[in-house]
Amino acid sequence: MQVQRPKLTFWERTYIPQILKGMWITIRHLPMKKFTRMYPEEKPKLLGDYRGAPTLVKDPEGRVKCVSCQLCEFVCPPKAIRITPGFRADQAFDSNVEKEPKEFEIDMLRCIYCGYCEEVCPEEAIFLKNDFAITGYKREELRFNKQKLLELGGVQPDSIWKWKYKGAPPPGTPIGPVRDGKPVEKKAAGH
Amino acid sequence: MMLELLGHLIKIAAVIGVMLGFVAYTVMLERWACAWMQDRIGPNRVGPFGVLQPLADGLKFIFKEDVLPHHVNKVYFCIAPVVTMIPGLIAMAVIPWGSNLPIAGHVIKGVIADLNVGILFIFAISSLGVYGIVLAGWASNSKYPFLGGIRSSAQMISYEVCLGLSVVPVFMQAGSLNLMKVVEYQAAHTWLVLCQPLSFFIFLVSAFAETNRTPFDLPEAEQELVGGYHTEYSSMKFAMFFLGEYAAMFVQSALMVTLFFGGWSLPFAPFNAPATELWVGAVQIGVFLAKVVCFLFLFIWVRWTIPRFRYDQLMALGWKIFIPLTIVNILLVAVVLALVAK
Repeated sequence: MQVQRPKLTFWERTYIPQILKGMWITIRHLPMKKFTRMYPEEKPKLLGDYRGAPTLVKDPEGRVKCVSCQLCEFVCPPKAIRITPGFRADQAFDSNVEKEPKEFEIDMLRCIYCGYCEEVCPEEAIFLKNDFAITGYKREELRFNKQKLLELGGVQPDSIWKWKYKGAPPPGTPIGPVRDGKPVEKKAAGH
Repeated sequence: MMLELLGHLIKIAAVIGVMLGFVAYTVMLERWACAWMQDRIGPNRVGPFGVLQPLADGLKFIFKEDVLPHHVNKVYFCIAPVVTMIPGLIAMAVIPWGSNLPIAGHVIKGVIADLNVGILFIFAISSLGVYGIVLAGWASNSKYPFLGGIRSSAQMISYEVCLGLSVVPVFMQAGSLNLMKVVEYQAAHTWLVLCQPLSFFIFLVSAFAETNRTPFDLPEAEQELVGGYHTEYSSMKFAMFFLGEYAAMFVQSALMVTLFFGGWSLPFAPFNAPATELWVGAVQIGVFLAKVVCFLFLFIWVRWTIPRFRYDQLMALGWKIFIPLTIVNILLVAVVLALVAK
């Protein structure tokens, strides 16, 4: 291919006007607004579906939602999850639930934040939340146990309380997706 | 006699101390300026507004592991950084920082060595700096530093000539090679940049090439040569190359101020004559440093604006344009001076 070389004028060939123009552009940027985020103090705004560290959540009444079915443990590609299943101690409280994890460990050094555990969970008990800066001084510190995972997860405000009602929920109970503790209206699909 | 010697030693210590301080803070200024030009904030963590960053950098360099690759020529490899840095410091000896400092009946000159061949001394010493770079490139015994060294020697040879020739008209007009006399001439008459703009322009461009600064930073060329001549260096040896580059920038800035922008003088009384009072002398040193800082900023400003020249463009510019231009300039100035003298 023949490269077309444009004919330059005398001043263009001296480079001087172009250099001066460039310098004018850079000097104009000195007082302009800066885009740096002062990171550790100023956190980035994350979108709602951000995939950070996996956590265990509780339902709005404070119950651990996980029933230790171990699906997440089996699906986890790097085998970061280890569950020790156990029976629920207080059977009287909500006897629909038979099992809960005795211990639930996620090795954050192995986790690849793929979100399969969240996707596979039939109880919606495990969520990838917003924590993205997982640091520690020792490997042991980064093997999160059940207590730590529940702390990170907190309460998930949604309407799927599978174990609250034995039969059908009372009329008026919101069913379906929930955002910020309120049911989300489904948009009417255009017919 | 002893007192005089002591005075000289104090002066040398002060000049080197102030200069190294300026070098450290030029690095700081460079990092700030480039950040601002790119709409970033720049270093702001160490101390208030990050002003202690150079100290942190220095500490880091000192405590880093000094890697000595097994394939290098050890003696020359270790000498090279020193050879690069020292000329910059020595060249400052003949640059007048101020006129006089009259203290308690003694008059202290604002220059360490009031040499009659000041400018020749500077060119002789500062061109030694290239040996450091060539040595580093050769002793590293690896291809990128070697290419950097070759480019550096070619570039320095081309631009040393322009640099030398471009200042000839200045001395023809000022009538002395002594830098103190040149400044005094400018203080009494006018800044030489007004009489010799072409000289100044060529000197400025050559100074960029001489200090290996963008757009003529071919010996370093991070993108093509992985840092060029200092690829194999680490720790304090690398820091000395770094210091050497900024010290050379300081020297060239000081030289431009001295030759073309009136050195320590300001164009009004009492700053347009050698000081007879202490405070005037002190202000004149401040004026000199302020002018130098302006030029240091110019170096930085240009670096973060324009891309690097190609090797052949650099050579063509030096040999085919600047050298003929300087010679024509010398002739023109000679003719004009002869006519004026008549």
